[in-house]
Amino acid sequence: MARPPQDAAALTDRYGPHRNDAPPDGWQSHEPVDRQVKTHCCFCGQQCGIILNVADDRVVGFEPRYDFPFNEGKLCPKGVKRYLQDNHPDRLVEPLVRTDTGFSAASWDDALGRTVGELRRIQAEHGPDAVAIYGGASLTTEKAYLLGKLARLGLGTRHIDYNGRLCMVSAGVGYKKAFGVDRAPNPWADIRETDVVFVIGANIAECAPITTSYIWRARDAGARLIVADPRITPIARTADLFLGLRPGTDSALLSGMLHHVIARDLVDHDFVAAHTEGFEAAAEAVSGQTPDWAAGVTGVPVARIEQAAEMWADAPTGMLLHARGLEHQSKGVVNVSAAINLALACGRIGKPGCGPNMITGQGNGQGGREHGQKCDQLPGGRNLADPSHRAAVAEVWGCDPDELPQPGYSAYEIMEAIERGEIKGLLSICFNPLVSLPDTARTRAALDKLEHFTVIDFFLSETARHADVVLAGSLHEEDEGVVASAEGRVLKINAAVPPPGDARRDTDIIIDIGRRLGAERYFPFASNREVFEELRRASAGGVVDYAGITWERLEAEDGVFWPCPDEDHPGTPRLFEDLTFPTPSGRARFVPTPWRPPAEGTDGDYPTWFTTGRVVSQYLSGEQTRRIGKLVDQYPEPLCELPPRFAEQLGVTDGDTVRVTSRRGSIELPARVTATIRPDTVFIPYHWGGRKAANQLTNPVLDPESKIPEYKVCAVRVERVGPGHPVTDERDVALTAGPPDEEVTPA
Amino acid sequence: MTDESIFVIDHSRCIGCKACVQACEECGTHRGRTMIHLDEIDHGPSGTRQTAPTVCMHCTDPTCAEVCPADAIKQNEEGVVQSALKARCIGCSNCVNACPFGVPKMMSEIDLMMKCDLCLDRTSVGGKPMCASVCPSEALWYGTPDEFASGRRGVLGSGFVFGNQAVTTKVRVVVDESPGPLDVLAGRLAPQQWLDDPFGLEEGA
Repeated sequence: MARPPQDAAALTDRYGPHRNDAPPDGWQSHEPVDRQVKTHCCFCGQQCGIILNVADDRVVGFEPRYDFPFNEGKLCPKGVKRYLQDNHPDRLVEPLVRTDTGFSAASWDDALGRTVGELRRIQAEHGPDAVAIYGGASLTTEKAYLLGKLARLGLGTRHIDYNGRLCMVSAGVGYKKAFGVDRAPNPWADIRETDVVFVIGANIAECAPITTSYIWRARDAGARLIVADPRITPIARTADLFLGLRPGTDSALLSGMLHHVIARDLVDHDFVAAHTEGFEAAAEAVSGQTPDWAAGVTGVPVARIEQAAEMWADAPTGMLLHARGLEHQSKGVVNVSAAINLALACGRIGKPGCGPNMITGQGNGQGGREHGQKCDQLPGGRNLADPSHRAAVAEVWGCDPDELPQPGYSAYEIMEAIERGEIKGLLSICFNPLVSLPDTARTRAALDKLEHFTVIDFFLSETARHADVVLAGSLHEEDEGVVASAEGRVLKINAAVPPPGDARRDTDIIIDIGRRLGAERYFPFASNREVFEELRRASAGGVVDYAGITWERLEAEDGVFWPCPDEDHPGTPRLFEDLTFPTPSGRARFVPTPWRPPAEGTDGDYPTWFTTGRVVSQYLSGEQTRRIGKLVDQYPEPLCELPPRFAEQLGVTDGDTVRVTSRRGSIELPARVTATIRPDTVFIPYHWGGRKAANQLTNPVLDPESKIPEYKVCAVRVERVGPGHPVTDERDVALTAGPPDEEVTPA
Repeated sequence: MTDESIFVIDHSRCIGCKACVQACEECGTHRGRTMIHLDEIDHGPSGTRQTAPTVCMHCTDPTCAEVCPADAIKQNEEGVVQSALKARCIGCSNCVNACPFGVPKMMSEIDLMMKCDLCLDRTSVGGKPMCASVCPSEALWYGTPDEFASGRRGVLGSGFVFGNQAVTTKVRVVVDESPGPLDVLAGRLAPQQWLDDPFGLEEGA
């Protein structure tokens, strides 16, 4: 039973999260530096270039990296303070095994022996599919590739998936349906070139901060900005047009706009006729979704919907940018298709300044979904279910195609199978489901049922507390490899320092597990470079072709955009320039977007809409950023954003404690009364665990195609509990907040 | 001279992310202490928030230096107004109270006034200030006037009127139309019509 071995307070005391507030030798002016390592930020999909300053094999600071063209030195506060995750008191420096009284240090032999022995025992008793692997999109592409190979040829299980399932998979499915390829079609430089930027469901200023400069540069050159969001996000403050839509109604807004584009005959008929298919069916699907109807569903005034449609269609070029707001819904794929349809109807693809583009969120959210850690995928973006794709990869791997298992469960389905007792063993890396999956209580109960649970991590996350074995892995700056940024630009990550103590590089741990599972011949690698070289060959000929990419080219050319089929190929910054698409017909496809409401509606018991998201100073489940003092100070604890009129009805003033309850659970937290949110909606950021987890409330219903959970909309009830404490304002006052109260102790 | 770099603030670009605040304290001359102020401003009748970064404006005739009884605040040849000299500063906070932009910070634990010095350690050797290097929105920006003119919109102002006091600064601010002087107390209204009713409650769906 994978239950935490000690109560939460004892585990927090020992393993954190604690704050790291200062560089290793304190705040010294002009501290001596042994070397400077050019690499990229460990956090989001922007993958900003950064220089890490190293002294005595410790990362002690950073310098802006002006020579990297994407960000030219720019960084958000997370990037500025990322170096403080090094030399951290919570860092795991040796393998741990669970005992009756707590975690105790173990040798690598003992720890890995226990992991492999238990996973094999479970498979012997319950079949190969009784164990699963969880991966993550902060891993380098080499690690993601190795995990896929480990699942298929090491463990021989169908079940491997990754936390990118919680990120942008709805976009991936939508783009594959429309274009046959899962990548943002444009390099970010195209944003600067465009005439209208339409941002929907993307809090760019806080979740992809560097993209802000691209949008502002477009506006300098005369572009107009339309923002659709339930909140007036920072990027929306000066927008030309703001569409404050109700959560979960994105496809209605986009379909209403498409209806207006068709009704006003603003369609690019030549483009549609020559390069697309399915327009008539898509037009038929929106025939009833008039702007008037859409206004009723979305709460956006009809005049603004029509104005937005005209602003979008009348401009010579346009970029439509979307992120999790659109994708984190049980109709995430429909929303994405509606966005793509609007772009295609106006011929916005394959040209400078033209395209619908997903803003991939995680550091290697793009690369981590290309080469095999998805449940249905093989390297090169190939399909695990396709016999010819299986044969191509099996040839590189030197195995019989029949040895490869068939597709398995997606990330949340794996947790459901654990809950049912069908999956009994789990190996997890770079994934903190106890914070990031919807319906926290259910996730916690499921984890407790595992017969064996091994976690590879550098800090003891909320989830790792449930582990039987914790393998001390590597931080981003302790290993090298490649990632692909949100642009589809493949980049080289360089190691700055070695792992501390007995911690090992993740790659070495995964390879070691593979060998101990008896799959030595599939894991012959002596270095990460050898892994990458095999990955290149395994991707050759696939949609996601890395065959022409070398580590040397990545350094020399500031990255290479895939596909890049041979070493003389320059890479492909902008997809579809010849207006042919890797679909069976070579045409881009419209996909019909019939209206479907959110899975859960408001009613008398739960009358208010609820949505979640992020803040600029925290990253995903907070595993790293909640341990960096300066980032904690910037937003120390979750606040419930509440609109003023609603707050008045409840008798709530700023800082009061409120209780927010959904059909899954309840959370008490301070209210932040603000006019920047819709009058019928409340918002809580999700970066915290335990009693502070917004995901105690969220609805675990999945999109039927992408299997993404519906984080962005459910129904709640809000009540005033009483006076709280003054809300910590985001001003530059000295804050004295201690470490946040993290974890609730299960009785 | 158009090849001399200038520091430009465009408040309308600010997204309130505090990268500037976090990066300022990484600057070698005052590591661990940030000199930047990031203020939240209620914006327009709907109370939507705007954020505004403040660095030292490096006034041509700096009020802080004028009111300093210890003559501790010096301006260099390039017009950069520096932190108080340790040997002279008496910690009286006159400068903190007098600065029209609210820039100087009294560091009571070391009994010294400190303020933004335009990252002299960087800018004096051809580098960019830390805040203007990292700013994701280019609300804080450093470059030549030609570079500004080639990629950026807006008129640069460097004159301010605070009631009876007129101030000219080395740091420029992006203004909408005329280069100023900007009457700070008069305020300016947001141009976007939707801000009057951001969620369309009066407009009706």
